[in-house]
Amino acid sequence: MYNHKKCVAMLLAGGQGSRLKALTTKVAKPAVSFGAKYRIIDFTLSNCVNSGIDTVGVLTQYQPLILNEYIGNGQPWDLDRTFGGVHVLPPYQAKNSMEWYKGTANAIYQNINFIENYHPDHVLILSGDHIYKMDYQKMLEDHIKNDADCTIAVLEVSLEEASRFGIMNTDENNRIVEFEEKPAKPKSTKASMGIYIFKREKLFSYLRSDALDPASSNDFGKNIIPNMLNAGEKMMAYPFKGYWKDVGTISSLWEANQDLLGEAPEFDIYDSAWKIYSRNMGIEPQFIADGAVVSNSLITSGAKIYGTVINSVIGASVVVEKGAVVKDSVIFADSVISSGATVNYSILDEEVVIGEECVVGSPKGDGVEIAVVGRGCVVTSKSVVAAGANIEKEDK
Amino acid sequence: MSAVGIIFSNIHNETIDELTRKRTSASIPFGGRYRLIDFALSNFVNADVTSVGVLTQKNYQSLMDHLGSGKDWDLSRKNGGLIIFPPYSSHRSDFLYENRFEALMSVNGYIERRHEDYVILTDCDNVNVIDYQDVLKQHENSGADITIVYRNQEVTSDLSDHMTIECNDEGRVVKATLRAKVGEVANVAVNVWVINRRLLHGLLVDAATTGAKSFHRDVLFANIKSLKIYGYHYQGIYMHMNSMENYYKGNMLLLNDSVRNELFGNTDKRIYTKVRDSAPTRYGDSAIVQNSFIADGCEIEGTVINCILFRGVKIAKGTVVKNSILMQDTSVGANCNIDHVITDKNVSIRDRNNLMGCEKVPYYLGKYATV
Repeated sequence: MYNHKKCVAMLLAGGQGSRLKALTTKVAKPAVSFGAKYRIIDFTLSNCVNSGIDTVGVLTQYQPLILNEYIGNGQPWDLDRTFGGVHVLPPYQAKNSMEWYKGTANAIYQNINFIENYHPDHVLILSGDHIYKMDYQKMLEDHIKNDADCTIAVLEVSLEEASRFGIMNTDENNRIVEFEEKPAKPKSTKASMGIYIFKREKLFSYLRSDALDPASSNDFGKNIIPNMLNAGEKMMAYPFKGYWKDVGTISSLWEANQDLLGEAPEFDIYDSAWKIYSRNMGIEPQFIADGAVVSNSLITSGAKIYGTVINSVIGASVVVEKGAVVKDSVIFADSVISSGATVNYSILDEEVVIGEECVVGSPKGDGVEIAVVGRGCVVTSKSVVAAGANIEKEDK
Repeated sequence: MSAVGIIFSNIHNETIDELTRKRTSASIPFGGRYRLIDFALSNFVNADVTSVGVLTQKNYQSLMDHLGSGKDWDLSRKNGGLIIFPPYSSHRSDFLYENRFEALMSVNGYIERRHEDYVILTDCDNVNVIDYQDVLKQHENSGADITIVYRNQEVTSDLSDHMTIECNDEGRVVKATLRAKVGEVANVAVNVWVINRRLLHGLLVDAATTGAKSFHRDVLFANIKSLKIYGYHYQGIYMHMNSMENYYKGNMLLLNDSVRNELFGNTDKRIYTKVRDSAPTRYGDSAIVQNSFIADGCEIEGTVINCILFRGVKIAKGTVVKNSILMQDTSVGANCNIDHVITDKNVSIRDRNNLMGCEKVPYYLGKYATV
């Protein structure tokens, strides 16, 4: 047990996530808040530990401080282990080279030593910016049963959506025969979820030859997967059923938060057999005051609601003052909505202060653009923040 | 200025019989997500007292489960940290200790071997936020052997077996009574003491020969002249959970902004508890919630007014819950009317039930009850 792991997970968490606008100026995308008390990476880390995968390398590069501190020694996810556990892997200086991670494949290539330390038979590659619950163990069993060189998790999407994804064309046995990145005319609706399991030696040999190719963009989707397919390796699709959302844009992040609401939420986080773990700050329960109106919302510890909260997701220790109205919005931790302010179709980052009688976002229904207020912004009283606005705090 | 903390987990087990039938008084649930012992432990941790012993006697399974390794209080340490003392009887006798002093004797070895200067002893049948740094500072500055923490207040019946003290201008205790007179305004001890570790060890060793049995009588009362015993005036919140009525009242006080603020408002001094990784609380379309203190993991479709809801409580549509305390994983079906009710863990109330108690005698449903 102490020198061998069957499978090691490598979690790609280095991307900037610039499409999340102000939300990622100070933090890496996987550390962005989600669902009142979580950060995006909690879902993938919880999937790992719930699937019995106890060795996880987290590849960080862009703005890693908050993410590093958040992951810490992995204790909240039960990933503080004597052998294995979670490890944050930033780029490092080697004897003959010092490089940033150039692409997803290059990030793994630079950490071949880390993987080798555990002598795994298989390597699971994950993204840190998806919201879903998935048992990787089942996928691994499938991968082993098929004796596949690589297994790629795929999701059925609609034909219209298919041109936004990497699409796997498979034969009747789910063997992948063709891979098309964002095809204009998709031949199949099996979209890659960016979740791969490789046999370790195969992965290493393709990573090494890819590293020698100066023309390569060192990317799994663009280089490694096509190269393996062209060489005739056995590549299988693993069909996944269930909720899965890439929260790479403001609107998809907002939608995914909304998916937690309703009487039968699209995405269920109340399953005690598949808990989502997160770092806990020892905050007291929430308080809903006399005169408050709260409906169809998700609210977590420390929040104090004196005003109105409808169709919204409210993070830890948020204060909604008397007479303030929050609708169809997502408020991250420690923000304050002062009295008389209204917030509609907005995402407010942590530690935002909305002054009295401000109007943030537009109350108009579907299709309205989400207003974004970045970490630590103070919006002065009676200001108007238009729909679709993106406000960032200036660095001093 | 280093100290060891020692917590008496069940000196007062009999006081709320219903709640402590299957648990120690230390593990009585309070305030949506806490157990009483969380306040004692957090007060220690917040004062950098990171060697803490918990004395147990009976029914301590739920307490062990709650405390685990102590990591949720940051007390899983290589040096010091949390240590739970199960009841100990020697090879010559097999009865459990019966009082505070005997309890301490059973851990005299631990007290002897620690290297800290002081021992802080506390009960945990109450909720307080005593700043032990401040108590220790006063203890050290006054050169006291023992410091007794007290409150100046009218003696209520629940405090009648507490000691009262009178101090001179320097704060030294000059007079004490073993039992407080109900109705009088007095300096009532809150059963928190700081004592020099070597002195405590010596007193415990001597006790074997002198036959001392009572901490109050034989250690404090008997030594007012011979030891330097000082009082520390604690003016903060103190909720004594020694009857169903007080338990109910104490919980309901949390609906008061200033009380919540005093207990939880200091973000440098959090109250820690066992982490359960509950999801956030979900409020349904038809939810109406007023003046309530609600932990994570609840799912609320009905009406909740003046309530304390613990983690994982479910309230179905058409149900009205008022003035009640629903503990962990209580589930209330549709179209119920619940007023002045306390449900223990995992109670389920089926559809169309009407349950009513009153402020003095809340209606109580035991663990795993189904109605």
